[in-house]
Amino acid sequence: MSKKQKGQTRVCVYPDWCKGCGLCVAFCPAKVLVLNAFGKAEVANEDECINCGFCELHCPDFAIAIKPRARNGAAQPDPRSGWEDPESEHGRASPPEPTPEPNPNPEE
Amino acid sequence: MADVTQLIHDYLRHNKKFPHVFCAGCGHGIVLGSLIRSVHALGLPKDDVVLVAGIGCSGRMAVYVDFNTVHTTHGRALTFATGIKMANPRLKVICVMGDGDAMSIGGNHLIHAARRNIGVTALILNNQIYGMTGGQCSSATPQGDISMTTPFGSLEKAFDIVDMCKAAGASYVARGTSFHAIQLDRLISSAIMHPGFSVVEVFSPCPTQYGRKNKFRNAVDMYKWLKSNTVKVETLKDPTQKPDDGRIPIGVFRDVEEPGLEERYFELQRKLMGQNR
Repeated sequence: MSKKQKGQTRVCVYPDWCKGCGLCVAFCPAKVLVLNAFGKAEVANEDECINCGFCELHCPDFAIAIKPRARNGAAQPDPRSGWEDPESEHGRASPPEPTPEPNPNPEE
Repeated sequence: MADVTQLIHDYLRHNKKFPHVFCAGCGHGIVLGSLIRSVHALGLPKDDVVLVAGIGCSGRMAVYVDFNTVHTTHGRALTFATGIKMANPRLKVICVMGDGDAMSIGGNHLIHAARRNIGVTALILNNQIYGMTGGQCSSATPQGDISMTTPFGSLEKAFDIVDMCKAAGASYVARGTSFHAIQLDRLISSAIMHPGFSVVEVFSPCPTQYGRKNKFRNAVDMYKWLKSNTVKVETLKDPTQKPDDGRIPIGVFRDVEEPGLEERYFELQRKLMGQNR
């Protein structure tokens, strides 16, 4: 895989469904995932992901999703599912603060 | 590879308890995903698919998917499936059984379903042990392997499911493993579209009951074993012979176009009704 194709995906592990079998960690060709202190899979270096899809096909608990990454780094939202990406809020540009209405009576 | 998990979620019954009942590292979850992907790839509506499951770990599979599902008695999944197919041949009937379900208690039903060539897809998840009831030796446990009831090694030879189904006359016989998921997708979707009786044997590791007692340290070791001890049947010089090095051949072993029992039955019905007129 050329370097160009790395880092175009966002790997989402849903920790409530992960049973920590370690298949994704053992067979990931780019070593993207690790087992954390709770024994569950966790994304360690997402930029190395080559989008081979092994973890998504072989996760017995359907706990891993590979999503294309938007320009600002966030996973593209999928309107079909209510499955929230826990990290999507960080990458998305925060909505602009509502400007406070000018106080008509500054004296009071 | 995006959207694979998303489409699986579209087919699951989210009001059931998740994560599912299978142990960590059990291959049944991978087979469930593969089955859902195959049905989705064929474009079958959910209402046209019937999933019939027996008793055992594999029997839990019918609970989680949003098809028409029947959870039947032990070993009799194929008989229920035969009835459903004869009553409504428009439906695609998929029968999920374990090795104990299909080979031991339901062995008779399996060979007669193969002999009749009824248009049912039998998915035999072979984990080489009775997983749910505590790890007893099954008829698919390899000779010399340790289980709860054979602590010094099994003395009996294991059934070769592919050879038996071929001998009994099934028109599509294939074997896959839960490690080779993409190949398994292909095998299951061609089995579903096959007109006659089709059997797909799937090697699905059981780390809890089988692996612990047979020198597999964890689930990953079992999948590594599957990776190194299987060989594609197309690459063998003589596909009818087993390889000398003991590796398990995987792939399609028989693919013959034969009309199923329900087709022959309705053809006969049409013929007789035409004579009466």
